[in-house]
Amino acid sequence: MLKTFKLGGVHPPENKISEDQAIEVLSIPKVANIPISQHLGVPAKPLVIKGDLVKVGQLLAKGEAFISANIHSSVSGKVLKIDNVIDTSGYRRPTIVINVDGDEWEDDIDRNDELKKEISLTQKEIIDKINKLGVVGLGGATFPSHVKLMVPDGKKAEVLIINGVECEPYLTSDHRLMMEKGEEILVGTQILKKALGVNKAMIGIEKNKPDAIQHLTELAKNYDGIEVYGLKVKYPQGAEKQLIKALVNREVPSGKLPIEVGTVVNNAGTAFAVYEAVQKNKPLIERVVTLTGKSVKKPGNFMVRVGTPILELIEAAGGLPEDTGKVIGGGPMMGKALTSLDVPVVKGTSGILIMKESESSRENVLNCIRCSKCVSVCPMGLEPYLLEKVVMFEDYERTEQERVMDCIECGSCQYTCPANRPLLDYLRLGKNKVGQIIRTRSKK
Amino acid sequence: MNLFRVSGSPHIHTDASVKSIMYGVIYAMIPALLVSIYFFGLDAVRVTLISVAACLMVEALVQKYLLKTPVTINDGSAIITGILLAFNVPSNLPWWIIVIGAIVSIGIGKMSFGGVGKNIFNPALVGRVFLLISFPVQMTSWPVPKPLMGESLTDAITGPTPLGIMKEGLGTGKTVQEMMPEIPNYVENLMTGFQGGSLGEVSALALILGAIYMLVRRIITWQTPTAYIGSVVVFSGILWLIDPTLYVDPLFHLVTGGMMLGVFFMATDMVSSPMSAKGQLIFGMGCGILTILIRVFGAYPEGVSFAILIMNAFVPLIDRGFKPKRFGEIVKIK
Repeated sequence: MLKTFKLGGVHPPENKISEDQAIEVLSIPKVANIPISQHLGVPAKPLVIKGDLVKVGQLLAKGEAFISANIHSSVSGKVLKIDNVIDTSGYRRPTIVINVDGDEWEDDIDRNDELKKEISLTQKEIIDKINKLGVVGLGGATFPSHVKLMVPDGKKAEVLIINGVECEPYLTSDHRLMMEKGEEILVGTQILKKALGVNKAMIGIEKNKPDAIQHLTELAKNYDGIEVYGLKVKYPQGAEKQLIKALVNREVPSGKLPIEVGTVVNNAGTAFAVYEAVQKNKPLIERVVTLTGKSVKKPGNFMVRVGTPILELIEAAGGLPEDTGKVIGGGPMMGKALTSLDVPVVKGTSGILIMKESESSRENVLNCIRCSKCVSVCPMGLEPYLLEKVVMFEDYERTEQERVMDCIECGSCQYTCPANRPLLDYLRLGKNKVGQIIRTRSKK
Repeated sequence: MNLFRVSGSPHIHTDASVKSIMYGVIYAMIPALLVSIYFFGLDAVRVTLISVAACLMVEALVQKYLLKTPVTINDGSAIITGILLAFNVPSNLPWWIIVIGAIVSIGIGKMSFGGVGKNIFNPALVGRVFLLISFPVQMTSWPVPKPLMGESLTDAITGPTPLGIMKEGLGTGKTVQEMMPEIPNYVENLMTGFQGGSLGEVSALALILGAIYMLVRRIITWQTPTAYIGSVVVFSGILWLIDPTLYVDPLFHLVTGGMMLGVFFMATDMVSSPMSAKGQLIFGMGCGILTILIRVFGAYPEGVSFAILIMNAFVPLIDRGFKPKRFGEIVKIK
């Protein structure tokens, strides 16, 4: 019996069109737009000014707060300006704009492809290095990795979980990375284990990627304390709490972090970034991005420098299709609709999905027929139909009581609603309002 | 410059729609409809057509002239109410009574609450109970089933239902065993529908067939029917074990009257039943216990409609009291 989580979940069509396309290195952009906020938490503070010459890997902005991350240059050239540029969130945010000139790297970065297995650094040195080189979670939330690795006093990490689930339809970047950089991911896993002081790591991969399961299982034989698990295909298994439930059958309590049940979860892509940072001294300046969609000419997976406008990525995949209706940063379940093709690829961009006009609009909203599908698919055991109603009536006290803050915004409710109700829209609104209320309350 | 659509996630949607669910229920009722035509002939067609047409008409008129909202009769929900209302009445009911039933079902039972999805009570049952109270004679003169290519059990044109026979017999002091010869054979007659009754309720087999279809397509959940049938079996079983001469056996309760129709098509009505799995279990149990209470101790021989309507009224309370299991619930330690 394959493992999976118990409560809720849906099975959207997988559409992994680009799963067999090997990772292709995308050419360096002419102009790179590097936002100073590519992570969860406080934006980094710029260290460069207009006119400065920078190298690849040079520190551009420093994360000074506890939850923040350093930003490094992904290109070499001259800083044109620091300006507000539209990013994946749809807002204009401070961005360092660099006019690219050549491809000159910092000297201390090891650009050799040779696998470096031996881990020479100590626990503390590893965490410092991950911090210094700006590694953040690459699964989507972009939580600064070094913070995750610092186990709070009184808590103990027992097992490291590596997330290779990639449950979002269409996306294949983690899949390809596991196929092509398996060894590196496993060394990265060993580094993460050392940083956490645990002996056991579990890698979870859904069974729709049998090649990746087989490949990593084979490789893992040479590494101590790493086990690979095939999981039943079910969305949202890649969500942290659901993956923990699936692999170790523990439930992270409401409002708590995974460390509460002795686990720390990192994405397979993050493990690769950790390997590159710790073993090769390379900051997080590029990542694998899936460019896909039903009418895209050449869907594929690309190694892209952070700051590359997505238009260049789209052109590498055969150009923007005629019938494009929507461009999404991320997958179709949790991704964000983009407003412009000038938006840069950032640390958290796992894919760009181009949807046809015919797939892009929502259906008419009908009356709720109380079919209770939203309740049965909610992986957090919430009642989306009820939350929609109480948010509509602006009863935020009840919204909080009904545990809107537990919502992981996976979108299963809205995906499954036969009356096409915008459930997640209301849940997000409710989370926002209740979040404000909680913050003002804690200030008092 | 290209202009893109922007909206919140998710950006994809399942193929299921309100319409596909409603038509799924309609398909599930086809076996029972065919059986009723087999036993009650063209009268079954007449009643069903009048009922469906009247329900559609009432909904369209209310939406157009009273509520002044778009007419949505093509979503299939009024057709379901129409067929269910027809299933719940004798096949010889005069057309004008059917129309009154449709007006009450759709007008009062559904549209007065705000239309599809908003009604507290099952509209078809509201109509049926209204007719039962207003036209007790017409609503309880059951035509004797006469198979298309076969003989009816008696020469009479109308006769009582098995539930009626039993109720009356027990009322005059006879024992269950003394009444049994008058009851049609369980397996051959009752299961297939060779019994007096409303036109859609007679065949347990056809109704179960439809229910399996709905279960496979996940239009209904297993909780409500299981809890309903389970509580009927347990409650009537206890009574039967206490005194088998006074109380009839559980199987009799399951294959007679509107039990199967109620269990699979009325109690499972998503609009008027609870949202959580736990709630559905409680709801089904309540329906089962009330049905037997009414059948055994009440004045009416049949209690399915009343039981479901009573439990419909409890749904908001059940929804409040029985929440789904939350992920990561913190158990409070005192």
